[in-house]
Amino acid sequence: MRHLLSTADLDHAAAVQLLDTAEAMAATQRREIKKLPTLRGRTVVNLFYEDSTRTRISFEAAAKRLSADVINFAAKGSSVSKGESLKDTAETLQAMGADAVVIRHPASGAPHRLAAMGWTTGAVLNAGDGTHEHPTQALLDAFTLRRHLRGGEGDLAGVRVAVVGDVLHSRVARSNVHLLHTLGAEVTLVAPPTLLPLGVGSWPCATSFDLDAVLPGVDAVMMLRVQGERMNAAYFPSEREYSRRYGLDARRLRLLPGHAVVMHPGPMNRGLEISADAADSPRAVVLDQVTNGVSVRMAALYLLLAGEGSEA
Amino acid sequence: MSGTWVLRGALLPDGTAADLLLRDGTLAEIGAAGSLDAGGARVVDADGLVALPGLVDLHTHLREPGREDAETVESGTRAAAAGGYTAVHAMANTSPVADTAGVVEQVHRLGRQAGWCDVRPVGAVTVGLAGSRLAELGAMAASTARVRVFSDDGHCVSDPVLMRRALEYVRAFDGVVAQHAQDPRLTEGAQMHEGDVSGVLGLTGWPAVAEEAVIARDVLLAAHVRSRVHVCHVSTAGSVEIVRLAKQRGLPVTAEVTPHHLLLTDELVRSYDPVYKVNPPLRTAADVQALREAVADGTVDVVATDHAPHPTEAKDCEWAAAAMGMTGLETALAVVQETLVDTGLMGWSAVAERMSTAPARIGRLDDPALGLGSHGRGLVAGAPGHVTLYDPAAPTVVDPAAHQTSGRNSPFRGRTLPGRVVATFLRGQPTVLDGAMVDREPAPEPAAW
Ligand SMILES: [Zn+2]
Repeated sequence: MRHLLSTADLDHAAAVQLLDTAEAMAATQRREIKKLPTLRGRTVVNLFYEDSTRTRISFEAAAKRLSADVINFAAKGSSVSKGESLKDTAETLQAMGADAVVIRHPASGAPHRLAAMGWTTGAVLNAGDGTHEHPTQALLDAFTLRRHLRGGEGDLAGVRVAVVGDVLHSRVARSNVHLLHTLGAEVTLVAPPTLLPLGVGSWPCATSFDLDAVLPGVDAVMMLRVQGERMNAAYFPSEREYSRRYGLDARRLRLLPGHAVVMHPGPMNRGLEISADAADSPRAVVLDQVTNGVSVRMAALYLLLAGEGSEA
Repeated sequence: MSGTWVLRGALLPDGTAADLLLRDGTLAEIGAAGSLDAGGARVVDADGLVALPGLVDLHTHLREPGREDAETVESGTRAAAAGGYTAVHAMANTSPVADTAGVVEQVHRLGRQAGWCDVRPVGAVTVGLAGSRLAELGAMAASTARVRVFSDDGHCVSDPVLMRRALEYVRAFDGVVAQHAQDPRLTEGAQMHEGDVSGVLGLTGWPAVAEEAVIARDVLLAAHVRSRVHVCHVSTAGSVEIVRLAKQRGLPVTAEVTPHHLLLTDELVRSYDPVYKVNPPLRTAADVQALREAVADGTVDVVATDHAPHPTEAKDCEWAAAAMGMTGLETALAVVQETLVDTGLMGWSAVAERMSTAPARIGRLDDPALGLGSHGRGLVAGAPGHVTLYDPAAPTVVDPAAHQTSGRNSPFRGRTLPGRVVATFLRGQPTVLDGAMVDREPAPEPAAW
């Protein structure tokens, strides 16, 4: 693995290897001394063109626990407006000797350009690009599912997952569809038709407009965040109607099989896509997802920078 | 500069071999191959080369005035000559916008000074391309530039009332409104064709219906006010269907397609390489096939380049930040060969029609009474000496660095195209010979100007 840009680039073996490595990393995190010397002397740059404190801190913690040097580079505002271009910034980081660039960018495909154009020789980790992908989020979701449903081993063959909400604008949904499919899970996207991409029929998943019909048959339900600006753009009539048709509340929670878990990439809009009852129920594994994020990101950095997979 | 030329043994569009004599700015004589006495004329061995009437582009962005960093009239018209063109229509989205007699006259004058091909300015339909009130169409028509094509290209004239008024108004001087058909609301934030690929890439889609709905409206408006409408760069199978229906009903509509829409699809966007970012966007393989068939059967009248040069930094960035547009003047004919001739869809006579006769007719460059010089009259004795010699058996790897345009944003870079322009004659004198620019003093102005 040279870069981690998209979960579509991961085959079954690579995906399982990432999850297994993350388990090994998680095991080290139960020790008294959490820090490993693995990436000593290597430099990881967090290049964030979009605010995301949660993701940045998670990557920062992962890199530091592997003893890497971390530079946080908050490229305020957007490269789309005038100012320093992504290319110039990348070349600056290259000159500083970055071994890995963790990039969050509002433009879909920006990490791909960074990796493809030779603006940096470091490994590129996509930490979320536009409405395209967020591969480490999908990996931590898969990791969390595997722990809860498969004892932390193997793949997710036969696991049924509903991904609910604003699929159209969700990089989390795109990354999860690829990865969960690769791992053998069956994914159903549930959303109003306005929030499903036109080409969704060619994706390796099912779709439904009816959340109540889907819930009884799933092992996990993954709620997506509804972004505030969607409300005024006629994607759905009103917040109330959305939450009535596609929100996870106490009644819908009871439709789930007893073993099923509730996931959310955070931050949650309580009362919109998820009610307080659902968010705080014992089935919700939202905080596990956060914890697991560090292990998964440690695994990704390890495999890109130190593992045997780090050859070109 | 004067000089007499004999183009020996060229293949005419109808497939017969012939000698062409260029003298005193005109195509003076056409004879059987080997029949014309060269006398003191210079001879070009045109054996195996296709002779076409000088190409006319209905849709070129020359960028000057205002964006000389992207292109100048000089560099853009050099590119045109290198591509076999003897006349181009320069789009109005310059800075300042070509929405007054002063600006169109300036562009016209710059074209004459450069001398590589005739430059016909396109006038803006609305002031500043802002879509709110009509520009002084009559003043531009009456200016020395004699504007006949009006377009807000880059923007759609989306207000139906304004579009109706523009169509009505230009009837007074036999003008045509060339519409960039794009419903602005349906394409807000659009980055590529809306379909399977956009969904996967997470790029906001530009739906086909945003083009088709405007075309449908405009042909109905044009029919209602009995005026000519021309549709710029149709890109979808549905657009073709609407134009076909309109023509069947005898409505006054013409349409163009670009070379890139005849060859490339939205699958290329998977690379996120902004060289493929263009408006309208690259569509699907089914659209490409429909467009090819529409050019072949005449539903689409014209192949026009939409040559849109940009400085390197405008493309050397992430997709969302990149400018839309592609260069095209120097590759158009070879792409047409690959997509339409080599596929057996049409012959060279149809190429001459789509790339010279029809665009000249739509822009009224074929009308000597207007005093605009004259193009698109075909290879007939007595016509102006505008001739393009093209070698259809000279596969060439596209290298944008070797192009005459200042733009390096060719979507065909690295691709092998099947042929190349060997020579271009403007008013009987070469602008390009043996594939190289003929640097020289500007050609004398045609007497009619
Ligand atoms: Zn246009």
